[in-house]
Amino acid sequence: MNKTAFENTMRFIVLVLSQVVVFNNINFLEYINPYIYLLFLVYFPYNKDTRIPFIFFSFLLGLSIDIFSDSGGVHAAATVFAAYFRPLMMRSAFGLSYDYHNIKIENTHLGQRINYLIILILTHHLILFGLEIFSFTHILLILKKALFSAIFTLILCLIFISLFSRRNT
Amino acid sequence: MQQIVNFLIRNKTFITFLLLFCISLLLTIKSHSYQQTKFLNSANWVSGGIYSTSNSISDYFHLKKYNKQLVDENLRLRKILMNREIEVSDSILELDSLAHYKLYGTSVIKNSYNKPRNYILINKGSNDSIKEDMGVITSKGIVGIVENTSSNYANVQSVLNSLSGINASIKNSNNFGSLKWDGKDFRTVQLMDILRAAPIKKGDTIITGGMSSIFPKGILIGTIEDFSLDISENYYLIDVKLFNDMTTLDHVYVIKNLNKEEILTLENGTNE
Repeated sequence: MNKTAFENTMRFIVLVLSQVVVFNNINFLEYINPYIYLLFLVYFPYNKDTRIPFIFFSFLLGLSIDIFSDSGGVHAAATVFAAYFRPLMMRSAFGLSYDYHNIKIENTHLGQRINYLIILILTHHLILFGLEIFSFTHILLILKKALFSAIFTLILCLIFISLFSRRNT
Repeated sequence: MQQIVNFLIRNKTFITFLLLFCISLLLTIKSHSYQQTKFLNSANWVSGGIYSTSNSISDYFHLKKYNKQLVDENLRLRKILMNREIEVSDSILELDSLAHYKLYGTSVIKNSYNKPRNYILINKGSNDSIKEDMGVITSKGIVGIVENTSSNYANVQSVLNSLSGINASIKNSNNFGSLKWDGKDFRTVQLMDILRAAPIKKGDTIITGGMSSIFPKGILIGTIEDFSLDISENYYLIDVKLFNDMTTLDHVYVIKNLNKEEILTLENGTNE
């Protein structure tokens, strides 16, 4: 097992554990929880050849969260969706001229990084809460939950990215 | 044939995505229906073990409150015991019906209350003879119904679950309804199908109805907070404020109905 694979496996386990043990129990203002396991999608290296494993691991990640929180397959669906459209999100946030293979989230500009995270988190949260509540009469509730949770997730993600960044430059 | 293979190879990423997305949608839809899928729930040894470890740590922070709850419960039970000859009907259980039920004490290791369908994990399972469709209560009132069990853990469908439908009635009257949850507020649940003719007022106590073999009759649920007529104007729609604080559950009791199998065989025999 090479270094990247080991790092990603460890990240997977740590993120799942911290999500289910800590972050699912925050319940800020009674219903707002951050979903920081999305950092796995943010950190996973971009590579055209590893897209299928990436989607598959994202599915596993969502499924593990689902098993822990008894929510059927909503996290899996949202995470797979976000993973499949990640290249599109990267392109719209960082522009076409970027060298995606060497992209490191901690080395990007703050504005672009926030843009990218907002797109990723909002897509994920809208699908997550849409499927979880699953009714058009509650569309306002879906939007409210998605928006507030997204703000919380975004702030925590930004904090974690700057906390765990390794600036070698 | 060649073209199909080429097409598959060219779009393999999209096909993988579509396949996995459909699997997760299928799981989601399954979880929206009444029976939860049997293999994907948190009552397995991995998640159960993790939750019970983390719970054994966080329990220490609530010891004081749990102690107070236990003292309160003891106090009430002692009061009932001392005044037994005088008044039996005020107890949480009708004492005569207790002979048909067996209680198991256990504790909640994972609780959730802010989703449309909430499930609670308790740390006793089929090894401790917990089975599906047993009722779960606390000293204050009902919690839910056991839905899935593994050998050491059990998954409980909370009353805060849009799929739940517990039989309930108004105390001192024979009007039965079923208890649902609209997913909005975890302090109130909704009681439906109470006939318009029923005399109700705010503050009335709601108890379990005893029409099902899950809960004995007379377990506390909550008080009437508000009520209105439904669209057909024949039935009341009642907001019930729960006695239980569903956010801080710890010690719960699982009820086993000793006559359940007899009742079920009788019912099946009649239906055939």
